[in-house]
Amino acid sequence: MAKMTMVQALNLALKQEMAQDDSVVLLGEDVGPDGGVFRVTDQLIDIYGKERVIDTPLAESAIVGMGIGMAIHGLKPVCEIQFSGFAYQNFHQLENHAARMRWRTQGRLTVPMVMRAPYGGGVRALEHHSESREAYWAHTPGLKMVIPSGPRNARALLVAAIRDPDPVIFYEAKGLYRAFREEVPEEEEVMEIGVPQLVQEGDDVTFISYGAMLRPALEAAEQLAAEGINVEVIDLLTISPLDDRLLIESVKKTGRAVIVHEAPRSFGAGAEIVSRLLEGAFYYLEAPVQRVTGYDIVIPYFSREKAYMPDTARIIKAARATLNT
Amino acid sequence: MTTPIDKNHATKLLRQMLLIRRFEEKSAELYSATKIRGFLHLYIGEEAVAVGVMAALTPEDAVVATYREHGQALARGMSADSIMAEMYGKLEGCCKGRGGSMHIFDSSTHFYGGNAIVGGGLPVAVGLALADSMLGRNRVTCCFFGDGAVAEGAFHESMNMAALWKLPVLFLCENNLYAMGTAIRYTQAQPDIAAKAVGYRMKSAAVDGMDVMAVEAAASKAADHIRQGNGPYLLECRTYRFRPHSMFDTELYRSKEEVEQWKAHDPIEKLTRRLSDAGLLNDQDRAALEQDVAREVESAVAFAEAGTWEPVENLTSFVYSERREL
Repeated sequence: MAKMTMVQALNLALKQEMAQDDSVVLLGEDVGPDGGVFRVTDQLIDIYGKERVIDTPLAESAIVGMGIGMAIHGLKPVCEIQFSGFAYQNFHQLENHAARMRWRTQGRLTVPMVMRAPYGGGVRALEHHSESREAYWAHTPGLKMVIPSGPRNARALLVAAIRDPDPVIFYEAKGLYRAFREEVPEEEEVMEIGVPQLVQEGDDVTFISYGAMLRPALEAAEQLAAEGINVEVIDLLTISPLDDRLLIESVKKTGRAVIVHEAPRSFGAGAEIVSRLLEGAFYYLEAPVQRVTGYDIVIPYFSREKAYMPDTARIIKAARATLNT
Repeated sequence: MTTPIDKNHATKLLRQMLLIRRFEEKSAELYSATKIRGFLHLYIGEEAVAVGVMAALTPEDAVVATYREHGQALARGMSADSIMAEMYGKLEGCCKGRGGSMHIFDSSTHFYGGNAIVGGGLPVAVGLALADSMLGRNRVTCCFFGDGAVAEGAFHESMNMAALWKLPVLFLCENNLYAMGTAIRYTQAQPDIAAKAVGYRMKSAAVDGMDVMAVEAAASKAADHIRQGNGPYLLECRTYRFRPHSMFDTELYRSKEEVEQWKAHDPIEKLTRRLSDAGLLNDQDRAALEQDVAREVESAVAFAEAGTWEPVENLTSFVYSERREL
């Protein structure tokens, strides 16, 4: 196994899926010779040519809209949007067509496509280039919303997303692109979409997180372990459709939960998770569920970004609030 | 026209236009009787466009239409039964009652909507054509849209990309002069829609959309151009909607005189006159066509009436390919 960054792992997923399935096609701005803004599609044009690695004009709604048409006609398009904040330009194509084609036609037409986009903060950028608005997509029935947390699961989930018969929104934490390396097997590895993962077992409190926030959650858990507090950590991986069974089982055991995401607090994924926990584990709760999130503001410019992003200190404080220590 | 009229073909065109007209008149009645709900956008007056264009397409070609698409669906060869049942919201409809009047889909005739969103189908049509082109299939994707859609950004993105990559798209503008209730002079800096193709180095033409044979000829020429690998084509059909935009439209934006002037160009009457002048249709023939069409419409209504509603517990099906057991 080779040690890879998330960018390399994603590139491997695309390269292998394109090799084994001629219907997989990439399209987006600068995905060709430039290899994408973050080089995720690096050199793929050299292998598969400009017919299958399509450099498009700057036209997000046409990129995604074309993807829908291509999918209906039998291809498996993977559309790259340069930053998730640019996807508001193509929101209408996903919301109006991709998400509802299967339902509206009772399965007679389907849209197996992927929209990949880098999301999230921590790279000293600003606004559209740093934000985390997965809730928009998660709120739309018919779309699947997937956010990996590291190179290995990013590769395995992207393969699953490309093979998935439904439209998948695939958010890649740009702060993780080159943050660390993981062993990624050269041979095929696929994870199932819709299945959260138990990352670490513990009895005292459950941390639920995803994407780039998994790492501070794990760091906080490690610091608490030094005090004898055992944290259970769950990586959501798929935001929607949300499988809450693992979450509920965990909280039944620990009686306490902290949800961590960098998206704004109100109406975010955390709010839905709290509801699910109340529905499924209310009588097991020992303390109110805590949310550590971004704030209900535009993500600030680099100079003040740190104050916005959840960090280990805030997570530990929230954990202590549930433990009353 | 110097070329002789093919009687059978022309009669078929006339019958299709009559079917659309009578189907929609019936739909309006059924809407008032609350048998059909949602919204209802009638095509009456514009029949020559759908019928003329469909005559120029092959069964393998793809069609993307608008929310005013009963005419296109019927002209494409979808059954009146399945469309009427769809408008009733019945399981026997083309989308089993979930799509309604604005979302008629039928994969067997490559009819990809029905689209409530103005301009929303344009990028999808370009994608259908791109896929055909990549898969080596010599097919045309015909994308209908109105003059209102020309103001949308998606129109320009789609025109640019289709022309840039020489994709087999027939951009078919049904210019009925009003974006709902706003006249084109208030919405377009360049109201000559065919002229907009110049900016994309795309071939274009404008045609009298009240003349079904002229539309068919223009659409055939456009489709030939596309099939020969010359890239997309913009065809503007200048037409007029005789009825209000939808069933809730006070029509304060146009005068009764204007509507009457256009009704003098009724495409059905125009073709009828032309055929009878040429000695190819008499009053009895027309009456027989009317009877035939009336039977088809009545049978569609009976079919829809006899249909069943989707069980409520089914409504959560087909959100995703399959639901993991939760």
